[in-house]
Amino acid sequence: MDWIAFALSLQLAGWTVAVLLPLGLAVARILAWHPFAGRRWVEAALALPLVLPPTVLGFYLLVAFGGNSPLGRIFESLTGHTLTFSFAGLLLASVIFNLPFAIQPMQRAFEAIPVDVRAAAACCGMAPWRIFTRIEFPLAWPGILSAMVLTFVHTLGEFGVVLMVGGSIPGETKTIAIAIYDRVQAFDNAGAASMAAVLLVLSFIAIAAAYGTARPRDIHVG
Amino acid sequence: MAEAATELLPAATGLLPAATGLRVRLTQRAPIPLDAALDCAPGETHALVGPSGSGKTTILRCIAGLHGAAEGRIECGGAAWYDTAARIDLTPQARSAGLVFQHYALFPHLSAQANVEAALGHLPARDRAARATEMLARVHLTGLEARKPAQLSGGQQQRVAVARALARDPQVLLLDEPFSAVDRVTRQKLYRELSELRRTLALPIVLVTHDLDEAAMLSDRMTILHRGRTLQTGTPREVMTRPADPLVARLVDMKNVFEARVATTAAGTAGVAWNGTVLEVAGEPSFAAGTRVCWGIPVAGVLLHRRDRPSRGEHENPVDGSVAECLEIGEDMHMGMRVDGAAALLWLKVPTHVAQRNRIAVGEAIRVSLLADAIHLMPWRDLAREVSA
Repeated sequence: MDWIAFALSLQLAGWTVAVLLPLGLAVARILAWHPFAGRRWVEAALALPLVLPPTVLGFYLLVAFGGNSPLGRIFESLTGHTLTFSFAGLLLASVIFNLPFAIQPMQRAFEAIPVDVRAAAACCGMAPWRIFTRIEFPLAWPGILSAMVLTFVHTLGEFGVVLMVGGSIPGETKTIAIAIYDRVQAFDNAGAASMAAVLLVLSFIAIAAAYGTARPRDIHVG
Repeated sequence: MAEAATELLPAATGLLPAATGLRVRLTQRAPIPLDAALDCAPGETHALVGPSGSGKTTILRCIAGLHGAAEGRIECGGAAWYDTAARIDLTPQARSAGLVFQHYALFPHLSAQANVEAALGHLPARDRAARATEMLARVHLTGLEARKPAQLSGGQQQRVAVARALARDPQVLLLDEPFSAVDRVTRQKLYRELSELRRTLALPIVLVTHDLDEAAMLSDRMTILHRGRTLQTGTPREVMTRPADPLVARLVDMKNVFEARVATTAAGTAGVAWNGTVLEVAGEPSFAAGTRVCWGIPVAGVLLHRRDRPSRGEHENPVDGSVAECLEIGEDMHMGMRVDGAAALLWLKVPTHVAQRNRIAVGEAIRVSLLADAIHLMPWRDLAREVSA
């Protein structure tokens, strides 16, 4: 059992959820309630990680993060090390490939809130922030919770993108999914089996817990 | 009763400065055309009536600040809430309007108590619970404070919505088809409750409904709306018996509208030539002799002559014909009478027992009187076209 890889995976999943919660809420609310020209293109782009092979997504992210890209250069001049093959780069990639898992359930949840309920809150004199915390957030909570759980377990399980962007640096980018692959390559089936079992049980419990809280229609993987 | 109340209200006579009540002027072309004028004094219940799609709800949402019309001005209590010329457009939060939504739009995850407390943000936090309990008691919901909306009946949900709308101490109460989502029995009960409630409220109340009877029963004045245009405002009786034109007559379901020409005019009376006779019309003539007009009469202004004995009004505009249609509605018999020599039907109603005693049946010859003071003259419109419009 590679505990360093396991801890790194948990850390990556936790940070991904932490970044995607506010980002996802903001984007999901806009997509749910503010029709704008070209919305379907934005929605399609956000759904791409669901259908693209992880290697394709990983390849583009690698190019976009690399030392020759503007993003890679800015990061390197600010921090002194490269964006690729670093935890920061891995987190950014993780946030991107988890966008549909976070946004879609939240968007469905916000869409399910009747327009008149929000209008009624405004007519009650509630300020926009109070409407969000007292009305919108509680009503969308099942969807928000499933978004967070899906993002978390999906980060634990992602393999292709992580390998492309992060490589396999112990303690920095070697997640549990990579570690399992390493063990199999080294003909250590027993090591792979124990880690795979941990991942399986953890994911199963998390999803079951989310299904128990959320109404089924709010869970929408894509 | 509604009429008596109106007479007590200075607003109905236009003596009260409009500034203290609600004053709405709106015009827009799209998405829904609007050309609306509406005034409502404190303590007055004003019904906004029109078929579905006529823009009633849009006007209400404009008042609440949920929709901005292209041009116009809305003022309440002397303050401008919306004024396109002065670039004023207050948010719903800043307007102090209590709105009861058609399907109530209660917060489904909050108890009745918390729904009302949500609208009490203007009070210190420690006073809100007591105030909410008091508001719920006012709408007869004591004991149900902890229930969620889904655990309440339709009528109870409507009461929570009313309590929530009033909790803000609003300057105007807006009711959007508040009785459409409940069954008939509950509706009758809620009518009585609203009648009681509005007597205790000293604020303008705007009631949106497509139901004329509801409007007549609950409002002091009503405004007829058609395709976003306010056509006529007056007491329910005025609008329903003296519609401004044939279009309003159709919208208030005045069945008897016919075309004629003014034959004679004199002080306090006029004669209109119709179907080969001259009908006597009471009241100061508003049209010159020779003018083409439409005339209408409410079904209650058409009196059936008893066969055995001539009745009152026998000499008032007698008209002969035969019964073409009979329709029993509740305790009344509605009859369509084919007037001798005329194409259209003249509708009247009598209590069913009277119809039976007079052996009214399809094909029977009858004679009626058209009460001179019930006949109402309107500007001429092509009736065939109006109906299809």
